[in-house]
Order: sequence, then C-alpha cells, then structure tokens
Amino acid sequence: MMATRPDPAGLYHPAMPATWWLRKRSYFLFMLRELSSVFIAGFLVVLLLQIAQISSGEDARAAFSAMLRSPGWILFHGVALAFAVYHSVTWFYTTSIVMPLRVRGRELPRWLFTALNIGAWAGVSLVILILYLALPASA
Amino acid sequence: MSERTITLDVTRYRPHQEAVPTVQSYAIPFPDDWVVLDALNHIKDQVDGSLSYRWSCRMGVCGSCGMMVNGEPKLSCAVFLRDYFPRAIRVEPLSNFPVIRDLVIDMSGFLDKLKSVKPWIIREQEKPLSEGEYLQSPRELDAYQHFSQCINCMLCYAACPVFGLDSGFVGPAAIALGYRYNLDSRDHGTAERREVLGDHEGIWQCTFVGECSVVCPKHVDPAAAIQRVKVDTAKDWILSLVMPWGQR
Amino acid sequence: MSHEISEHDVIVIGAGGAGLRAAIAAAELSPKLSIAVVSKVYPMRSHTVSAEGGAAAVTREYDNLDAHARDTIFGADFLADQDAVEAFVAEAPHELIQLEHWGCPWSRDADGRISVRSFGGMSVKRTLFAADKTGFHMLHALFQTSLKYDHIVRYDECFVTSLLVEDGRARGITNVNLYTGEVMVLAANAIVLCTGGGGRVFPFTTNAAIKTGDGMALAYRAGVPLKDMEFVQYHPTGLPGTGILITEASRSEGGWLKNKDGHRYLQDYGLGPPTDTPTQRKMELGPRDILSRCHMQEYQKGHTFEGPHGHYVHLDLRHLGQELIDRKLPFVRELVRNYVGIDPVYEPIPVRPVVHYMMGGVHTDMDGKTPLEGLYAAGETACVSINGANRLGSNSLTECLVFGARAGRNAAEYASGMGTPTSNPLAALARDEQHRLDSQFFKKEGGSERIAAIRTEMQHAMEEGAGIYRDASSMGATCEKLRELRERFSRIRLEDSSEVFNTERISALELDFMLDVADTIANGALLRKESRGSHTRTDFPSRDDENFLKHTLAYRTDEGPRLDYAPVKITRWQPEERKY
Ligand SMILES: Cc1cc2nc3c(=O)[nH]c(=O)nc-3n(C[C@H](O)[C@H](O)[C@H](O)COP(=O)(O)OP(=O)(O)OC[C@H]3O[C@@H](n4cnc5c(N)ncnc54)[C@H](O)[C@@H]3O)c2cc1C
Ligand code: SF4
Ligand code: FES
Repeated sequence: MMATRPDPAGLYHPAMPATWWLRKRSYFLFMLRELSSVFIAGFLVVLLLQIAQISSGEDARAAFSAMLRSPGWILFHGVALAFAVYHSVTWFYTTSIVMPLRVRGRELPRWLFTALNIGAWAGVSLVILILYLALPASA
Repeated sequence: MSERTITLDVTRYRPHQEAVPTVQSYAIPFPDDWVVLDALNHIKDQVDGSLSYRWSCRMGVCGSCGMMVNGEPKLSCAVFLRDYFPRAIRVEPLSNFPVIRDLVIDMSGFLDKLKSVKPWIIREQEKPLSEGEYLQSPRELDAYQHFSQCINCMLCYAACPVFGLDSGFVGPAAIALGYRYNLDSRDHGTAERREVLGDHEGIWQCTFVGECSVVCPKHVDPAAAIQRVKVDTAKDWILSLVMPWGQR
Repeated sequence: MSHEISEHDVIVIGAGGAGLRAAIAAAELSPKLSIAVVSKVYPMRSHTVSAEGGAAAVTREYDNLDAHARDTIFGADFLADQDAVEAFVAEAPHELIQLEHWGCPWSRDADGRISVRSFGGMSVKRTLFAADKTGFHMLHALFQTSLKYDHIVRYDECFVTSLLVEDGRARGITNVNLYTGEVMVLAANAIVLCTGGGGRVFPFTTNAAIKTGDGMALAYRAGVPLKDMEFVQYHPTGLPGTGILITEASRSEGGWLKNKDGHRYLQDYGLGPPTDTPTQRKMELGPRDILSRCHMQEYQKGHTFEGPHGHYVHLDLRHLGQELIDRKLPFVRELVRNYVGIDPVYEPIPVRPVVHYMMGGVHTDMDGKTPLEGLYAAGETACVSINGANRLGSNSLTECLVFGARAGRNAAEYASGMGTPTSNPLAALARDEQHRLDSQFFKKEGGSERIAAIRTEMQHAMEEGAGIYRDASSMGATCEKLRELRERFSRIRLEDSSEVFNTERISALELDFMLDVADTIANGALLRKESRGSHTRTDFPSRDDENFLKHTLAYRTDEGPRLDYAPVKITRWQPEERKY
C-alpha cells in the first residue's frame, strides 16, 4: 500500500498531439501497417464482387473486367499489392516475436526466422504461379 | 583530456508557480567521458541548485534516471554527451507521464499496476524451507530470465503511444513482469494473473507498435511478452470453448 | 503549527535488502500489525540493486558452518563478534532458500540446484549468485514479494530527518515528504533502521548517490553509539573515473590482475603461487583489504599505468572467452563496454581500488537491538559485528537478510507487546524538529557556501586522511578540516525555495549527516593506534591485540565524538596471525 503520492493539483499533464505518429519513423511505419488493412480489405471486396459476377453471366463479367482495366483500378491494385507485401513482411517478423522458434534450447535469431517465413511464402506463391501457368486456361 | 562545450536545453516546470513547462539553456564544458547525467549534476552543483531530477546508481541498474534525450527515452547515466556534440541536447521529462517538477515524473500509477499483476510466486502448495530449494534447470531459468531483467525505468511507457493515449493501460513493463512469473517453473499463478493481464486495459489494448522493446535498455522485450500472453490467453480461451470441462 | 501524526506498530526506515526483509519478517509475524516502510527513493532504486557478485551461505555437502564462520572471522582480522558470526552462518542457508522460494532467479547447475562460485577470502565455493546481478534480483524479488502484504504501508520518496526519542525510548520519526515538502510525523512502538552505508563521504566510491550514511547519523544524534566506524573497505577493482564496480566474481571466474608489465603482481606479496585456474583464498581471490594495499604498493614502485583518472592496473578476462563472460558476467561486459568503451572479451579492463563498504555502523546486538529502547538496525547501516575490520565479499547481502529478518521480527515482537503507540508526546518533539529544519534549511536566508563545495572538500579530506594508508598527521589534519567544514556548513546557501521535489534541500540534509559520519570515521581512525584489516597505519604497521582487540564506540557530543571501547566476543577461534 502506498501512503504518499504526488499532489494531483500540481501535476502537469502533457497532451499527446494528434500528429504523434509523424514524430518518429517507427510510429509512422506502424500507422502505415494499420492503414494497409484498408487497402487489403478494399482488394478483398473487389475480389468478392468479381466472384459474384461469375454467376451473373458472361456480359456482366466482361464489363466488370473491363472496368478493372482502367488506370485508376490498376493503380489501386498496385498500391494494395504494395501494402499487402508490407503487411505480410511485417507480419512474418511479428510471428518471429510471438512464436519464437527454439533450436537446441536457443532462440533462433529473429531475422533468420523472418527470412525463413518469407522464403516459405515466396516458395508457395511460386508453386501457385507455376500451377496457374501450367493449367490449361479452359474457363 | 579535451574539454568542449555543449548546450543543454532542459525542461523546467515549477508546480503552483507556472502552468506549463519552460525551457532553460545551459552551456556546459565537458570532458570526453561525461554522460548526460554528469552534465545535470554539474548544473545542480555549480550553476543552478534548483534543477530537480532523479538519479542514484549512475551505472544503469537502479532505473531512476530515465529522461527524453533529443526526443528518445534514455537512461541519462548511460548516454554520452560526446555522441550528441556539437548539436545541442534537449532534455525533457519522460513522455506520457504527468510531470511533478522539472524532469521528475509521476510513476505512482506504475506501482499500482505492478502490484495488480501479482508479481510474486503463487503456489498451490508451499514446500517447507527445510526441504530446500525448488529445483529449476538452467533451461527452465532461461524461459523467463530475460523478462526478469526489468529495472522499472519507464522508458518503454514513454515510448508507447497506446499508454500515451490511455494512461490506464497496464503497459509493457508490468505485463512483462506478470508474464515473467507465469513462465517461472515454480509458479502456479497464471490463471489468477489472467484477470488483469487479459482485462480490457491489459494485453488487448496493445496494438503492437513495438517501440517498447526498441527503447528498453535491458533487452527485456516487453512487446514479445505482451504478444505471447495474447497467444496464450487466446489458446486457453479456445480450449475452454472446445473442452469446457477441462478447465482448472 | 501542529502535525498530523500517523500511527503504525513498526516503522522500517529504508527499503533496500535489509529494510524489505525486515518489513516482510514483521508482516509475517502478524497480519494485525501495521508496518510502515519509509524510503527516500522508490524501493527498487535502493543501493542493494547494484550488488553484483553474490551472497554467501553453506549449501553444499563439502562445506560446513564452522568453515564459513572461520573464514569470516579470519577475514575480519578477529574483530568480529564470534557469537554473532555463528548465528549468521547458521541462519544464512535458510534465508537464501527463502529468497529462492520468493522467486529470486538464482543461476542454476545442470541438476537444478542453485549454483555457487568462489569469492575472495572464502575457503570453498559457497557464494550463491544470479549471474552478476545478484543484488538487483534479490531486491526486486523482495520488493515484488512485499507487495503481497497489504499491511505493509509504504512512504516512498520520504526523507527521514530525525528519530523522536521520549523517556529513553524511540517513539517516532519525522520525515520530509518530497511531493509536498511538508514534514510528516510517524509514531510507532519500534523502529528499524535499514538505511545502508555511507560511501559517499569519500570522493571515489562504488556507492550510489543515496549512500550518505543517514541512518548512522540519525542514530548518533539520538544518542546511540556508532561502532568501528574507522573500518572502511576499499574494493580493489573499480573503474577509474566513475568508480563503477567490476565485481569480484570476475576474479572468481578466473580473471587476472596484472601490472603495467603484464605481471600478475599479487604473487610478489605472498599471495602466490599463481595458478591458471583460481585457487581459493590465493592470488586474485585474496581478501579485499590486502589486494587494495598491494595495488598501492605497486603504484609506489611505479608499476601501475597512469591515466587521466590516476593510476590503474589491468583486470584481464580475455582468457575466459566470450561464452563464459556472457553467461556468468554479462553485466561486467555491459558496464565496461558502455563506460570504458572497450570489450573485456578482447581487451583488459583498467581498474583501481575504490571505497566500497563500511564495516562500521550503528551499534547493535545479535538481535538487531541498539542501546536505545525501541530502536533496531540492520544491513550496512548496522554493526553487529560480523564484518569486524574487513568484510568478506558476498557476506553483506546475506547479512541484510539474516539480520534484517532478525531485527524485523524482534521489533515486531517488541511492538506487539506494547499496545497502541501513543503519539501525545511527539507533537512537541515534532515542533522542535520543524523549527530546526526551517531555521537551518527550509526558510534559511542568505548564506554563501555552496553545498557541493563543502561536500567535495569533505570527500577529499577523507581520502587524504582516512584512505587506504593512514597516519597520525594526515588524520589529524582531516579531523581539523572536518571541524572547519562543520562550521562553514552553518553558512550554506540554498537557491531553491520551492516545496515540491526540492532535491537541493535533500542534498543539504544529506551533507549534514555525512559530516557527522565522516567525523566518527576520522576520529575513530586517529585513536586506533594499530593496523588491522582495512585500517592500515603507516605509523603503527602491526596489529595490537593487547590494546586494540576491541570495538570502538563513538558517542555524539557537541565537541565532536567521544570514543569508548567494548570487548570483542571470542567463542572458539583464538586470534592468530592473519596470513593467506
Ligand atoms: C557496487 C556494489 C556491489 C556490491 N556487491 C555485493 C555483492 O556481490 N555481495 C554482497 O554481499 N554485497 C555486495 N555489496 C554490498 C551490499 O550491496 C550492501 O551492503 C547492501 O546492499 C546494503 O543493503 P541495505 O539494505 O543495508 O541498504 P541499501 O540497499 O543501501 O538501502 C538503503 C535504504 O535506506 C533508504 N534511506 C537511506 N537514508 C534514508 C533517509 N534519510 N530517509 C529515508 N530513507 C532512507 C534508502 O532509500 C534505501 O531504501 C555491494 C555494494 C556495492 C556498492
Ligand atoms: S521493460 Fe525495459 S524499458 Fe520497460 S521499464 Fe523494464 S527495463 Fe525499462
Ligand atoms: S542513475 Fe541508476 S539507472 Fe541511471
């Protein structure tokens, strides 16, 4: 139990400025990561709509695809991709902190664990790409 | 030894006399091996006896002397003037805390939080002292050791924007210390601590900015502690859904 | 002006290792007792936090209590009270296991038992350790455990200014609350002083800024004698300039001391033969007083290095290798890298002797009781005495636990027998103290002397007259200088008149205490006309059991300390020549 505390009347309470996240690179990068989810969510909405279009007939699908070829949408997807990559890379780094890998009782260096994760991710992406290219474009 | 002169811009705040802090500049001649704390002591001893700040061990272990040095939370006994020279050095009280006076912050809130996470060994059954120590293998020690290195210096709180926005957040050091006991092979208190750690002011407040671990002078890595408590708590929660009868 | 008086059963002054152990012991005696813990800094800032090497106790089959007792008594150059030492070694294992049960992260052997290492002057490995941050881990384990007890009431950042004595009994204290500047009065039936040592009376010390001997001066002013104050321990390995300690554990893990020719010079002083791996009580594992003197002799022979902060030698750890250093001495590596800018894995560390510990202190018996009824003391501020003329490294952390627990328990038992503390007589005493503080410090006008100037002059006078080597003329000059400083102190100038967190006032109050402590050290040394343990006189180079196998007791008078002597208790170990 504490019997003595500072007198609340004399305390100065500094306020956090609304621009706090601009004060430090790391805060800014953190905000970017938070922002990345907006773009990833946007991309997913578009993807869902695209899937929904499949059942609405050939014409509607073609029109939707055409719309997506506009420069604005391409830009959006470019940005969303960049954010997705940023988010994934930081996510893999996060994993190394949250679930450290121990080899013979010693924690694996985080950069190594992150690199392994990213490597595995790139590998899986590559396999998907190869499958995509190898399968006949029947549909 | 060569002597150079550096400028220190120090935040002053005199409660009841002024409403907001002001800045006072001091030009300090310094030898190569002086830390920021040496400069403050020089000011206090030779220039202005009214400057207030906390310090004691001057060897980075008592945790008293945390300050913002050029905007970064630092132990002022562990940062050298020469590394800032020739630029001026801005010395401010730790961010995110109420200021009592000059460079002295109010950390009584932390002491309440520390107590709330029950940072002591909780046993289902005590072993009598006559039966000797609890055995603990070096590997079991290793599991919690670095979380036990916290010197309560508050640098992590000064770096945490979540704490800055909500002073009720239990925060990095207190959570890491609670987790330290969860990980201790001698302890059975995890469930008891969950009430506080898993509370809405506990781990779930953390949005993982990660700065606490970056600024920690003792490599405690409180960010990791918080994320791991999240994983453990979520795991236990899912288990309790799947096997409600399996709970302690 | 009248003061509000807070009543408790027991007041513990100080929240370091000894204070927290005392508070927990008192709290465990009965949940009905209210225990106040008053500390000028937050408990975890207490100086115990800096202790590095370890804490000694007999925990291994190959060891026994008599061996620990004998090493301690021998190390103390026979000035220790042997009954106290026997009690100490007997209770030490229990206390360290207790700390283990409270969560202290002791280093472990592969089989899960607490590891032990060698330490200077100990004949076997018996020092338990938590890497090289033993004090840090002990203090935090004690503090965190103390949070469990709701009847321990903490007065953090409160500076005690006096003990209130009425009818020959200690009944309360006054303290300045740093947050408000007001003088608070606490009443209790028993008071335990655990305020640590006073290394800051010297210019070059391992001790933290808060180690200003306050408790010794508090007791002294309340009429309690200070015992064996002339015995001040120099640690042979501090960093030049800062005085930061490089723990003895670095030598027990195998570090070597070398002079400027790369020679392990200790072999030239009868501590050999040098071996590659450390041998108990030999070479680098000799006791601190002897090693510090060897350094000074090397200096006189011109065998030391000369640097910007004076002479130094090398502590070489390179042959230990990075793996061992990182596992057992990580803090040493961190400190040397940060404060010297070199890596001990690749370069030898510059070191020199530095003031480290005060063997003397408030006169107590084995139960921690002082001659003043109701007043107890433990830890570095007390002198039981188990340390005699020279403390062995790693005995003092254990001492804090053993005698902290004893003092806390006895104080609580005494207090429970006394009923509720009465605060009536205290009001008048508190008014007097308020008056003293106002006139000498808080409302003092004018003055011309800087606190820092007097402090620095005092420190240098102490080094001159009461350093490693002493003689009558330099000590006499120091005593004279201290009288002059005391007089000048009445003319100090205070620049800060605000009430909130006024650290200038605290510095002034600390200096006031330090001047008293310094006085007892210098005067005690002047009258002890022999060399024993840490007290080495060039004009009386040998030990004189005939005249000085006795404790010095310094009583306060207005003219300075009055010295008296008390016999040393010998049980089973007759004094013999101290040779390693
Ligand atoms: C660098 C270093 C390393 C050491 N390493 C070892 C080691 O390895 N092994 C070993 O056995 N010993 C070691 N020692 C010695 C040992 O650490 C100390 O003797 C011991 O910690 C003292 O503990 P204490 O509880 O008596 O006092 P401290 O820990 O100094 O606590 C004193 C308390 O009293 C309070 N206080 C003081 N004055 C006042 C006042 N006026 N008003 C209110 N409160 C006050 C302080 O706030 C503090 O809480 C070392 C010492 C140093 C300097
Ligand atoms: S976790 Fe690190 S930064 Fe935070 S209080 Fe503890 S030591 Fe300081
Ligand atoms: S003064 Fe102790 S950590 Fe800086």
